[in-house]
Amino acid sequence: MNKIGLPIAVGCFALVPFFAGDFYINLGSQMMIAAIFALSLNLLAGYGGLTTLGHAAFLGLSAYFVAWLTTRLGLSHATAALLSIVGTTICAALFGLIALRASGLGFLMITLALSQVLWGLAYRWVSVTNGDNGMTGVTRPMPFGFSIESASAFYWFALTVTTIAFAMIAIFVTSAFGASLKGTRDQSRRMAALGYNVWLIRWITFIYAGFWAGVAGILYVYYNKYIHPSSLSITSSAEGLLGVIAGGSGTLVGPVVGSILVTFLKNYVSSYIDRWNMLLGFVFMFIVIMMPNGIVPGVRRLARHFKGTHR
Amino acid sequence: MQTHFWIIQSLNSLALGGLLFLLASGFSLIFGLMRIANLTHGAFFMLGAYFGATALRSFSWINLWAAAIGSGALVALIGGLLERFVLRKLGNNPQGQVLVTLGLSFIISDACLVTWGGDPIPVPTPRMLQPPTILFGYAFPTYRLVLIGCAVVVAIALYLLLERTRLGAMIRAGVDDAQMTRAVGIRISRLFTVVFCLGAGVAGAGGVLGGPILSAYPGLDGDMLPLALIVVILGGVGSLGGAFLGSFLISFTYTFGSALLPDLAYVILFLPMIIVIAFRPQGLFGRQSA
Repeated sequence: MNKIGLPIAVGCFALVPFFAGDFYINLGSQMMIAAIFALSLNLLAGYGGLTTLGHAAFLGLSAYFVAWLTTRLGLSHATAALLSIVGTTICAALFGLIALRASGLGFLMITLALSQVLWGLAYRWVSVTNGDNGMTGVTRPMPFGFSIESASAFYWFALTVTTIAFAMIAIFVTSAFGASLKGTRDQSRRMAALGYNVWLIRWITFIYAGFWAGVAGILYVYYNKYIHPSSLSITSSAEGLLGVIAGGSGTLVGPVVGSILVTFLKNYVSSYIDRWNMLLGFVFMFIVIMMPNGIVPGVRRLARHFKGTHR
Repeated sequence: MQTHFWIIQSLNSLALGGLLFLLASGFSLIFGLMRIANLTHGAFFMLGAYFGATALRSFSWINLWAAAIGSGALVALIGGLLERFVLRKLGNNPQGQVLVTLGLSFIISDACLVTWGGDPIPVPTPRMLQPPTILFGYAFPTYRLVLIGCAVVVAIALYLLLERTRLGAMIRAGVDDAQMTRAVGIRISRLFTVVFCLGAGVAGAGGVLGGPILSAYPGLDGDMLPLALIVVILGGVGSLGGAFLGSFLISFTYTFGSALLPDLAYVILFLPMIIVIAFRPQGLFGRQSA
């Protein structure tokens, strides 16, 4: 997406609350939270070639931080959000230290194991997390004095954050650093031979991705006003990864498109049957087998094809 | 009383370790030979437990051992189909293979929920093994002792299979250098199917054998898979000895962690993993890094 495309897209999205009902506005908010999460996951899975199955750990962790700090310690929203994001980023740095001892499938297994540990902690450490009952009573903040209680106000708030996240991630991947990240994905040995510190590039990306997953987590807990261990589960990580792969990993717009689709599917299907996990499994297998490159690269290839024939 | 606590907890650890070995050995072999992180493995374990529980419930003439072998065979068949018709299509796309096994694990666990409902289904302990065994003046649950024996028998059988048979020699060759193995005329694709069936079958049988302790319940797959992952990361992929040692390390950590610090057992669980990864990324017995 270029410099003109982004403002136009944001402008179009900003108009949605004027003609859509509350159900669809809320759906839009959920889509944007999922999009930030998928964008951050895409940094690792798409641009870094480091498929993780534990990314939801950071989303859930920051959400739990906010819930715990505001409801148990009674901190203000600003302080809680700040501490939460700092805590989540530190945790990402620690997890990165461990997980980046390996790459490829080993990395995937370690991230999965680490996130399962946090998930287990959320379930069992009842005195802090309230276990399976989840934490309730989270309120929404008043950024700059505006209330974001209504569906459309929250939607605009989420849109603002999503736009910032998208722009920041776009800057990250198009920068020289982003180019070196793609280099470590495609030719890690050659990059090392050229004098790049492959490990450090990956670690910084891991931390940055953890940071944005934390931002998604804060939005998530504001939106739901509730947090449950299932938010950290492998299903949650897999949903994000499905968004990335379905849309097109390693592209900027792909994860947004993919997570919009996944969120839509999840909400649409849940209103008819409650077999979301099974459907998620089938969609997962279908996407991986049938269109491993995702939707956005597919569409782009089509567009290039048409341009080619017109010339 | 204090000694009793330690002894009983150690026995529980050994029994859990045996179960973990049944789960992790197959995972490790599959990973070592095929470079596939089979995330369906936990679901295979759970599927085995449900098959066994159902068989024991429906037919009074079946005993636990027959149920374990039967479910193991059934799960092995499912594993074989998965390998032959799905994973092979994704040939040299390891990421795609992992994601497909993940998708399948979601499907299986949801299908189990639909079929068997949300309540745990107990697997009865065989009547013969119900009375406790008295050893050195302490009463031990007999079934757990037998379970440890089972795990040791399976471990020895797998060891002999890998080290002393022609098939095992081919598998070891495949783990070391798949291309070279193929070049000397060994049909590695058939080897893949055999190993996948074997791993799935042992996991399925493990689910039944674990039944009297764990029972069959929704979420069993999600509880067991991370443990298997940690065991394999700890022990080193493709190594039977690593899986064996890793299983008992993890089971002791987990059991004593749960007993002494119940809130934080899950965190303590991954301490050994972190320490090992920090100093030996390839795991205790691994020759290649994962």
